[in-house]
This record gives sequence, structure tokens and C-alpha cells, in this order.
Amino acid sequence: MSVMHKYIRSTKKFPHLWCAGCGNGIGLSALVRAIDSLGFNRNEVILISGIGCAARAPVYVDFNTLHTTHGRALAFATGIKLVKPNLHVVVIMGDGDAVAIGGNHFIHSCRRNIDITAIVFNNRIYGMTGGQCSPTTPRGEYATTVPYGNIDYAFDICNLAAGAGATFVARGTTYYARETERFIRKALEHKGFSVVEIISQCPTIYGRLNKMGGPIEMLRWLRDHAVPIEKVRQRWSGESNLLKEDLGGKFLTGIFVDREASEFVSEYYKMAARVRSETRRKTKQTRRKR
Amino acid sequence: MARKSVSMTKLALTGNEAVAEAFRQVNPDVAAVYPITPQTELMHKFSEYVYDGKVETELIAVESEHSAMSAAVGAAAGGVRAITATSANGLALMWEVLYIASGLRLPIVMAVVNRALSGPLNIHCDHSDAMGARDSGWIQIYSENSQEAYDNALQAFRIAEHSGVLLPTMITMDGFIISHTTEVLEILDDAAAREFVGEYKPMYTLLNPEQPVTMGPLDLQDYYFEHKRQQVEGMYNAPAVIEQVAQEYAALTGRKYGFIEAYRMEDAETAVVVMGSAAGTTKDVVDTLRERGIKVGMVKLRVFRPFPHEQLAEALSHLKSVAVLDRCISFGAQGGPVYMETRSAMYGKEIPIYSYIYGLGGRDLIPSLVESAYNDLFEGTPDPKMRYLGLRE
Ligand SMILES: Cc1ncc(C[n+]2csc(CCOP(=O)(O)OP(=O)(O)O)c2C)c(N)n1
Ligand code: SF4
Repeated sequence: MSVMHKYIRSTKKFPHLWCAGCGNGIGLSALVRAIDSLGFNRNEVILISGIGCAARAPVYVDFNTLHTTHGRALAFATGIKLVKPNLHVVVIMGDGDAVAIGGNHFIHSCRRNIDITAIVFNNRIYGMTGGQCSPTTPRGEYATTVPYGNIDYAFDICNLAAGAGATFVARGTTYYARETERFIRKALEHKGFSVVEIISQCPTIYGRLNKMGGPIEMLRWLRDHAVPIEKVRQRWSGESNLLKEDLGGKFLTGIFVDREASEFVSEYYKMAARVRSETRRKTKQTRRKR
Repeated sequence: MARKSVSMTKLALTGNEAVAEAFRQVNPDVAAVYPITPQTELMHKFSEYVYDGKVETELIAVESEHSAMSAAVGAAAGGVRAITATSANGLALMWEVLYIASGLRLPIVMAVVNRALSGPLNIHCDHSDAMGARDSGWIQIYSENSQEAYDNALQAFRIAEHSGVLLPTMITMDGFIISHTTEVLEILDDAAAREFVGEYKPMYTLLNPEQPVTMGPLDLQDYYFEHKRQQVEGMYNAPAVIEQVAQEYAALTGRKYGFIEAYRMEDAETAVVVMGSAAGTTKDVVDTLRERGIKVGMVKLRVFRPFPHEQLAEALSHLKSVAVLDRCISFGAQGGPVYMETRSAMYGKEIPIYSYIYGLGGRDLIPSLVESAYNDLFEGTPDPKMRYLGLRE
């Protein structure tokens, strides 16, 4: 029995909704293997998602799961993490979910450095609603809302997360699934806000509109366009490993940020304890004065 | 059917395509779009017209419905015709800005393709989305089928933009049931449609150096109340305008619209009140029961805001009893929203009125369910509390 079979809700939620060849299954399996390898008790893991093809992922696996509204999963997750700080809180989002309609929650979760792991399945399009342009659709590429090519600049989700203050930021692909699994494992172990972006294939819409071939060709494309950061890092001076050099249409993969910083929930509880003890002291003093 | 004075084309279109067609003919200045099922195809179709150069509309694909309504408000405040469309959670996300649109008296036209609100997640037809916006100061017009959705879309601009009204207007159609069903309908020719809708001449606009204005500034205890009263005035003026526009439309097309449609009501003893696609099913049931010699009728509400209380009360006043079918629950209330409005319109009349909730989350309303409501009325066994059609309990 594969690891995946230990967690799948096979009698309840199948057949699943994803198209044949979709990358979401690869992303979800990488997450499940990472969780399993860390030996987490499944009852202490909660997967939260918004709406979209990617956001369907939690429904298919047997953890605590919460399906919320489009773009707001991180806000729901913040509430959960605050009351249940011991849970492993994982949010799965599409690119639209994460940085279009939910972009505000995304940057503020990064800034707050709350101990949540955000996994973004980036297929560079709105899959569920039929292929509209997303903030991660590259310039010049096609989507149903940009039939003459996209003229907007795309968000680089990892740059955005790093700039907004996330303390662990990595990018993998569905082609290098084992590597992606490793990034997710590190993200889950990380204390603070961690982001793993998985560049994924949507053959049904993105692939078709951009003439990229089927799932196999799209996976090959990912193999050929992913440039591990280690390969180019030595060419750069200074600290910033996110500086873009001209990658000729390729993209960087790897761990871009992995640093320690105080985490929101523990700071919050510390502050609450401090304020409570101070208040207690003050009330005692006032009582004595009386 | 009255005579029509212009030539018309018959087309087979879905509800979404029919409204997109109306929007194409109107050629609005700005469309702010964001996808959500089941509305998505409507603006997809319209965006094709934009890209094919069939309209001169500036189309902006924004990043959420909140932004879509905000962009529409910005455009309308700049003095141009602005449209958008949405469903369910998209409409919910627009909430804040719905009130800005109506409070600033901006005659935006929006198509709402009715869908249930999450949670749990459901994408099918339900009127809870539009019903939740019933107090937001928007005019609301419901459609029974694609033809009506098209006709209502054209009329909406005239109503919203009338100087005595100046209120944003939403026209609705049932998600999937109308939006995704292909029906044959009659379309005006482009010139006639454009002439009917006419040019939009805003009273006040931003960006006019001759007459600079400020919109939406702080308005506290001193004037806010008066401004709300003026919005009410717009709603009070709307019925006459809705009627006038419907008359002109009937002269053009032969299709007559009122606030309500009374179906086989003359000698009816009991009747059902409905909105949207359920009216089609109910008419069939009325016909079947009539064949059996049972005197029943139906009243379809077309306009929900402003609520046509006089017309409705008049249509129902000769009955022995009435059932009101709502595709929406008002939790904790005495019945569905249409029921409560109907009861209040019938205040003082000794006619029992009963509330039925049906079709939430897209549950099918089959004829036998409607028939059971009529049976309750005739057998004198209705429940004074809410009843549910097609629910497992
Ligand atoms: C408030 C709101 N607006 C719009 C939608 C419709 N909607 C559902 S999924 C989606 C976009 C999905 O794109 P993405 O997040 O990139 O995920 P994917 O489907 O590509 O995995 C949209 C716009 C919604 N559910 N809620
Ligand atoms: S539409 Fe694209 S993203 Fe959605 S399930 Fe199909 S392949 Fe995957």
C-alpha cells in the first residue's frame, strides 16, 4: 500500500474532479508524503483551502479539512492557528486564490510570520472557472481573458512572499516531485510562515491555450525550464539570492528564504501571559491599598 | 400578442448568451469582469464581442468582485455607462460597494445569475444571493426565461438612468436553469435596441472641470438621513418609469411586461406566487389542474425592488388562499422574503397566506411539488409555519 492510500478518502470523495494529467494530484501526494514522513498524527493536521481546482485537494484526504471561500483560506487558518497553536496548519491554494482575490491575506500572513504552511499550486491560470488570466500568467502568454496575449506583468510568488516577510520560501515543480516533497517537509518543520510554490501543469486549459502539448510535454517543459538556485547562486554577489538575471524564460527553483524570526502566535501568547500577570499584580496592589 | 413595430431575429441562446447579446447591443462604455460560476460565460461571451471589435467597451478583468463593483462605480462616477455581472459569493463580496453605488446614485446595470451562497459550497440556483441584497438600494428585476432576461437587460438601462430614478439595477436569472439552457428567443435588431436604450447623459460627473463635484464625502448627522430619504424617492419614482419603459418596449416588440404577471387569475380561487424560472413550471401545473376543473392561478413577480405591493394585493384580493414560493430562506423569520413582502402587501385582508421554501442549492422543483402546494390550499391543510417542497425530513 502506498503512503497515499493511507490517507485517501477513497470511499467518499472519489472519483475526484481533476482532469487527467493535472498536476494537482502530484502536488497533493508530495504534501501527504511529507506529512507522513514527519510522523505527524493525522488528527493534529488541518488542511484548509479556498475555492478552485487546487483548493479541492483537502477534500480527498483524511485529515481535518476545512473548505472555505475563494481567497480567504489564510484568514480562516489564522483563526484556527490562534486557538489551536499545536495543530499543524496547512493551507492549499491556487495562484488566483493566493495572490489575486486573496492577495491581501497572503502578504499579511507573510508579514505576521504566523506558523502556517502555505502551499500554492501555481498553474498560472484560473483553472476552475475556465481559464481566465491570473496574476501569475506570464506576460505574452494566453488565457481566455487575454486572447491576444497577456500584457500584465506577472507576480513572482516567491519574491512576493520574501518581500512581504515570509521566513521560509521555496519553489518546486510537479516534475521534480521528490524535491518538492523535501521543500514541503522543511516548510512543515519551519516555525513561522512558510510558502512552497509548486509550478504545476494544467493541460486542459493553460496547456491548450498556450499550445504546450499534453501533460507529458508540459512536465518535460517543467523539467527543462526549472533552474535550481544552487546552479546560479555562485554567480551572484551579496545576499539576495532572488535577484533576477535573465533566465531566458526559465525560472528558479529551490529554497530562497530560510531564516528565523519571532513567530506571531507564540509572541501573542507571551504577550497575553505578560499582560495578565501585570494586571493580576496591579489588582493585588489596588486591593492592598484599599 | 400585440403587433411589433421592428424586425426581430430568432436565435437559440442560453440565458447568459442572451444577456451578453443585450449588453453587446447597448455597447456600454465600461465592463468590469471577474469570473464565477454560473455567471462566467456571460462575460466570456461579452468579452468576445470586445475582442472582436463588436463593441467599443473598455473591458477590465479585475482581481475580485469587490474590485469589479468598485471599478464600475469609478466608471459610472466618471459619467459613463458601466456594467458588471456576478453570482452568489461574488455578489456577497460586492456588498460594501453595492451601497456605494446606490448611495452615490450611479445607474450601474448588473446581471446576477442566481446561485446559492456558501457554505457548504454549492454552485446551483437559489435566490439567497440577490435576496440578501434586497435592502441595498438596487432595483431588482427577475426573469422567467432567456427571453425575459434579454428583455429585462435592455429595459434596465432605461430604468436605472432615468433622471427621476438614478438607481443601480440588477436583473437576475436562475443559475444553470436559465443561464445554461438554450432557448429560442427574439432579438431586436441592433439599431432598434440602441435607439430604445438611447444615450446616457449623466447629471453630475466627476472629471468635469466646468462643474467640479465631490462624491461620497463624510455625511454625518447633518445630511445623511436626507440623502437616504432621496434614495427612497428614487424608488418611489421607479414604478412609473418601469411602466413607461415597459410600454415603449411592448410597442417595439409586442412583448408586454408589468410588475407582475397574472396567469389564469380571473376566476381563480387559489394561487401561487413565484419568481424566476419556477413560474414556467407553475404555469404548467396551473394548466393541468385547470383541465381537471380546479380553479387555480399563478402570479409571477417580475419586479422585487421596488416591491409592487399594490399590484400584487389587487391581483390576489379575490382569492380564498395564497401560497408563496421562495427559493430562499430568511432564517428565523416567519417565512421566505417574498412571502413576508406578500403578507405585508395583503395586510388587512382576511386571506390566508402560506410560505413554501423550495429549490435551495438547485434542488429541482418538479410539477408534483407545486401541485402539492395547490392541494394543501384546496384541502385546507396548509401549515401556518413554513413548509418545504422536496425536502427530506
Ligand atoms: C468570491 C468568489 N468569486 C469568484 C469565485 C469563482 N471562482 C472559483 S475558483 C476561481 C479561480 C480559481 O483559480 P485559482 O485560484 O488559480 O485555482 P485553480 O482552479 O487554477 O486551481 C474563481 C474565480 C468564487 N468562488 N468566489
Ligand atoms: S482545469 Fe486545469 S487545473 Fe483544473 S483540474 Fe483540469 S487540468 Fe487541473
